[in-house]
Amino acid sequence: MKADVLVLGGGGAGCSAALHLAQRGARVVLLERGLVGGQASGVNYGGVRQQGRHPAELPIARRSREIWGRMKALVGTDAEFTVTGHLKLARNEAEEADLVAYLDTAKEYRLPLRFIGRNSIHREYPWLGPAVVAGSFAPEDGAANPRLLAPALARAAREAGAVLLENTKVVSQTRDVDGFLLVSEAGDEFRAPVLLNMAGFWGGAVAEAFGEPVPVSPLSPNMMVTEPVPYFIEPNLGVVGGNVYLRQIPRGNIIVGGGDGESDPATPWSRPLAEVSIEAMGHAVRLVPSLAGVQVIRSWTGIDGEMPDRIPVIGPSGTTPGLFHAFGFSGHGFQLGPAIGAIMTELVLDGRADVPLEAFAISRFAGPGDGGGAKA
Amino acid sequence: MKVAVVGAGPAGIRAVEVLVAAGLRPVWIDEAAEGGGRIYQRPPAPLKRDAKALYGFEAGRATSLHAAFDALRPQVDWRPETLVWHIRPGAKQLHTQSGPRRDQVEYDAAILCTGAMDRVVPLPGWTLPGVTTLGGAQIALKAQGCGIGRRVVFAGTGPLLWLVAYQYAKAGAEVAAVLDTTPFATKLAASPGMLRDAATFAKGIYYIGWLRAHGVRIAEGVTPIGIEGEAGVSGIAWRDPGGREQRVDCDAVGMGWGLKPEAQLADLAGIPFRHDPLQWNWVPERDVAGRTAIAGHYLAGDGAGIGGAAVAELAGARAALAVLEDAGRMVDAAQLSRLDAALARQQGFRAALDRAFPFPRALAAGVADETILCRCEGLRAGELRAALAADHAPGPASELNRAKAFSRAGMGRCQGRVCGTAAAEIMAAALGSTPEAIGRLRGQPPVKPIPLVAEPVA
Repeated sequence: MKADVLVLGGGGAGCSAALHLAQRGARVVLLERGLVGGQASGVNYGGVRQQGRHPAELPIARRSREIWGRMKALVGTDAEFTVTGHLKLARNEAEEADLVAYLDTAKEYRLPLRFIGRNSIHREYPWLGPAVVAGSFAPEDGAANPRLLAPALARAAREAGAVLLENTKVVSQTRDVDGFLLVSEAGDEFRAPVLLNMAGFWGGAVAEAFGEPVPVSPLSPNMMVTEPVPYFIEPNLGVVGGNVYLRQIPRGNIIVGGGDGESDPATPWSRPLAEVSIEAMGHAVRLVPSLAGVQVIRSWTGIDGEMPDRIPVIGPSGTTPGLFHAFGFSGHGFQLGPAIGAIMTELVLDGRADVPLEAFAISRFAGPGDGGGAKA
Repeated sequence: MKVAVVGAGPAGIRAVEVLVAAGLRPVWIDEAAEGGGRIYQRPPAPLKRDAKALYGFEAGRATSLHAAFDALRPQVDWRPETLVWHIRPGAKQLHTQSGPRRDQVEYDAAILCTGAMDRVVPLPGWTLPGVTTLGGAQIALKAQGCGIGRRVVFAGTGPLLWLVAYQYAKAGAEVAAVLDTTPFATKLAASPGMLRDAATFAKGIYYIGWLRAHGVRIAEGVTPIGIEGEAGVSGIAWRDPGGREQRVDCDAVGMGWGLKPEAQLADLAGIPFRHDPLQWNWVPERDVAGRTAIAGHYLAGDGAGIGGAAVAELAGARAALAVLEDAGRMVDAAQLSRLDAALARQQGFRAALDRAFPFPRALAAGVADETILCRCEGLRAGELRAALAADHAPGPASELNRAKAFSRAGMGRCQGRVCGTAAAEIMAAALGSTPEAIGRLRGQPPVKPIPLVAEPVA
């Protein structure tokens, strides 16, 4: 099968790339080893959060937030995106100082943020426990249903003319004078002059195949959900340090994340860890004491790729013309996914993107004298 | 050697008996306060009654198991009222919750004897107060000494349907009707096979005959229409084999269509499953001795595929012997061959029983759009069907877990244990596929809900 662009990986970012490329008339083929949104994009917490991000990510997050706002028009569903605001909490003076320091970053990137000090935090949110000393509220942020986003983007991409192949595991990726050649486990061949590596944790192996290995490791955020209880937690809650985050959906269930489960990306297989779940439960109850006794009905995890500096690899390959990377979102790519697809489309079709990407260059991991080695 | 046995029903009791006889002191865990399992559940002390009244023909078996349990209890690390909510097969750890207390149990070998639950088909009105499963109705009688209503209808199919109806009538409850979805002819056709266990077969015939003789209204080959009522049950309607609509007043309904394995721990342990064409259930794979593909993990009893209490006793003992064999211990060869022969004999009977009381696939596949399918999530069958349609906004779901992700079917407190069977039939019918191809709901911890607590007690 021949295409203009091959996309490896059907997460939110990959499906968004397929959609945006197809909308501009490119012939796109996306290959996904399982089902679209089957790993990090589909099993994450569902946070649509800009607050607290690395400054380099904020322009992308701002752009993505704009797409989230018109998701229904774009893909036919808003994926239950709800603007609840995101409330980041401090539990001691050091954490409070962290919140205060971020206000300047937010201002620089025009991210609306409201600091809530000791005197008002418990007045505004009487259900917060005494451990909380301050908060920072991002009114534009919220949450969405991660189970719906990637499939909805995939469906829209198909309708726009992209070909998305699920249960298609790629076993070899090479480039010759005719461009890229991907071969699936079933022996099918896919060719295109451009390849987008958006394969999450497995993106590391793709980069390595083209001579630019990166230190990506599997990350499995440990997630839980409770039975429904009367709705009272409106904002999406986080804490400085990130050892717990929780949100309640209007039907009453509370989604609690914190810590990491275990995984084997080769299978792929992933599972929450009991002791990690128990620790996150403790953090959650200390944050919101009235949650004590609420029943946890399910826990789960998936596999994402984590970079040592906890920001993704985004941009053109350092070794191989026509290859572009976007992987290693380090546990916080769900909000970014829609914009990543748009940005990759611009990189491919316009040769430039309207957001700065230098901080995400794959070359940051190239050791001295290790930048060459192109296989092409 | 550290052995953990999960479950203290017939399989668990006979497994522990073998282990203790070999000089081991296993950790033994059950959600109930006492041993016996759901089938031989004992009432709390103030409600103690005579075994014959509680268990009927099964009194001898029940008494023997209870005596065995009582004798074993001081010789093991017995953990009553304890839920195993997570298992980590690689590290060989069980995670338990008992009241506020959380523990971790390390083991070299685990025998999972996790039992079964009723297999349910959603009917209009099945979420009304007064509707319960056959197993639930039986436990109310056995453990609490009360019925689920004053005037009760039992509906469904399977041996338990007739047994529970008999037990209720015998206990003095008014049984308004017994509605079996299996036609008499189907049962008749399977009866030669059931003669392989003539005694059990005879008991079944006796229950049916007793009910008839006592004037209980009996209808076979029925198609349930729905359970009626506003705040509670007021009646049930069905279509007879001739297509005529029938109804009867009642204030409670016990319903169930056979049993399904409670195999969540086997699933979390990574044991592969297969769809059994006779039982029409997903069952964890194991050999006749209960060994699985995951070293150190053994299965016995109904949790390993429905076989009934007698099979469970044999299988429990056999799995414990397998644990000993695999640990390089000497086991009694004569005992092994006796158990293997007895288990083999039971297979033919069980197959005939499954043929006699088939799961009503068409009834499950045809659950009306407006009927609640997943009661945990308040999801109607039509909402699941919508998630399969080509015009569904996030795209059509092609397998059960994706349908769950889109529609929430099976996402609630019970994790699809109740609605999963019907959901798969609905999907299979809508997509022109089979439940086997549709797949099964992935198990996720906790096996059953556990509470959020700030500081776990350990």
